[in-house]
Amino acid sequence: MAVARTRSVALVGVTGRTVEVEADVGKGLAGIHLIGLPDTALSEARDRVRSAVVNSSYPWPDARIIVSLFPASLPKRGSQFDLAIAVAILGAAGVVPAQRIADLFFLGELGLDGRIRAVRGVLPSVLGAAGQGGVTVVVPSANSAEAVLVPDAKVIPVADLRQLVEWLRKGDDPPQPEVEEYVEPPKATDAPDVDLADVVGQPVARRALEVCAAGGHNLWLLGPPGTGKTMLAERLPTLLPELELDHALEVTAIHSVAGVLPSSAPMMCRPPFVSPHHTATAAAVIGGGSTIVRPGAVSLAHRGVLFMDEAPEFPRHVLDALRQPLESGRVTVSRAAGAVTFPARFMLVLAANPCPCAQGEDKEDACRCSPTVRRRYLGRLSGPLLDRIDMKVTVARSSRRELLADRQFVEPSKKVAERVLAARERAAKRLAGTQWRSNAEIPSSVLHADFRPSAEAMHPMTTCLDAGTLTARGLDRVVRVAWTLADLADKDTPGQDETNAALGFWLGVR
Amino acid sequence: MATESRLELGKRGEQAAVTYLETQGMKVIDRNWRCRYGEIDVIAEEGPILVVVEVKTRSGRSHGTALESVSPAKLAKLRMLAGQWLSAQSRTFDAIRVDVIALECFAGDFALRHVRGAI
Repeated sequence: MAVARTRSVALVGVTGRTVEVEADVGKGLAGIHLIGLPDTALSEARDRVRSAVVNSSYPWPDARIIVSLFPASLPKRGSQFDLAIAVAILGAAGVVPAQRIADLFFLGELGLDGRIRAVRGVLPSVLGAAGQGGVTVVVPSANSAEAVLVPDAKVIPVADLRQLVEWLRKGDDPPQPEVEEYVEPPKATDAPDVDLADVVGQPVARRALEVCAAGGHNLWLLGPPGTGKTMLAERLPTLLPELELDHALEVTAIHSVAGVLPSSAPMMCRPPFVSPHHTATAAAVIGGGSTIVRPGAVSLAHRGVLFMDEAPEFPRHVLDALRQPLESGRVTVSRAAGAVTFPARFMLVLAANPCPCAQGEDKEDACRCSPTVRRRYLGRLSGPLLDRIDMKVTVARSSRRELLADRQFVEPSKKVAERVLAARERAAKRLAGTQWRSNAEIPSSVLHADFRPSAEAMHPMTTCLDAGTLTARGLDRVVRVAWTLADLADKDTPGQDETNAALGFWLGVR
Repeated sequence: MATESRLELGKRGEQAAVTYLETQGMKVIDRNWRCRYGEIDVIAEEGPILVVVEVKTRSGRSHGTALESVSPAKLAKLRMLAGQWLSAQSRTFDAIRVDVIALECFAGDFALRHVRGAI
């Protein structure tokens, strides 16, 4: 009759918080009581844990068992505490030595036969535990590939409760999981089976895409259907370099929490490409859910591309909800259960037809929409949203001659990606010692203090600012694009050529 | 024990429980008291306290332990029955306590556990 204590991790958004799990096996009417704000899935842990322990042929204490999860005020959800609860009870009952389990972290859901099942969000949980320094984490063997990505944590994968308890009792080397047959991970969906060379006849848009990839800028493509807007956007990930380790961990953590991480490819090395349908709700795009707040499309696109095809068809409030993440790089979802902040620094690519009928304006079979309808259609993209788009490009229908002529200028993605990488490296070198890596991330104050182009280069912008066609935020965005253009042109600072081009991109569709 | 009916097992368990309570210095006032709402297995007194005892006997552990089969609802009912019993009495007590005695029959012998003040 004693108390045993062990540790697990609760997820709040994508950050893990240490939770102490205490079990008290004592006098009183036999039964198990779980306290510390559990939700339904966690309350059911009582039955799972009991069956798992009994079916692993360990004695279930015929006594009053109280399991407490600390801190008691933090709401705890899901089934990843099962393993910690089981181990704490076995520790209190004297089956495993209590001092052996006090410093370990346990994650995993128990099956009724004692097997340990995979859970969501193992990577952020292990990251949260690793914050304590020098920790050992026991994870389900199905999640081990994900857990070992964390550099400073010792990970012990286990397949069932019996294996774990025998290890805890004997204290010898951790159980070696049966080496699973290594399955060649299927190629990521954005693997280069698409290529920028496919898009013929849109040289300006291709150039814009390159700038966008090099600086991490947002892009708006406007044009009639069939001109390659969607094709262009889908090829943007092929221009982006692989994610660096810390970014890859962030992206993987978000996908792990969302439960969309493929088990065969635990680390997301490629920038994600997320393309929500225009019927998506605000909760699907921003993140939401009543009890468990899940990351939405903006967070799944973190460090990658969020492509909104047919942007005016999205509900207006969904589009305007993008403003906060576009500005701050994170999104805060508030629910009755609490507010959760997810990272959401993505490149936004909007594609839009000029009007609902979507006929070209330059041909005889011209658009039949009245000016009011056209205005109303594009008016759904609000001014404040468009103010946050760095580059706006009109793609027009190309004639047969243009298509033929452009054929000799198209470049494969690989070649463009090399230029993009070189430009990104230049930017990263310039930004060394700061927390930013691409031009789009530089905050306004730093931009004007340290990275202000010469007065001569600023001239086109100041003129526009005086004329009222450029907002202060627009100015920042133009300067950032100008820096990217300078990086692409291998220049030290942007000159008037770059600022002019950047201003042209910003003013773009008018 | 060859084939003992559950009723007989229960009776034997109750007798064992009463014997145990008496060795613990309690005075048994009544046994198997019934009213329209239910039954109290043993009513005893320990000094100025009225003790209502639920005796639960099981022939083994294959269907769970005897102790855990006493639910909170059962205890609440016992408490209500204690009131019913008291209302028919002239004497008074300082306090009422509900105890559980769980008996498990292993090889013809009883293993006994006594939980004092279950509620």
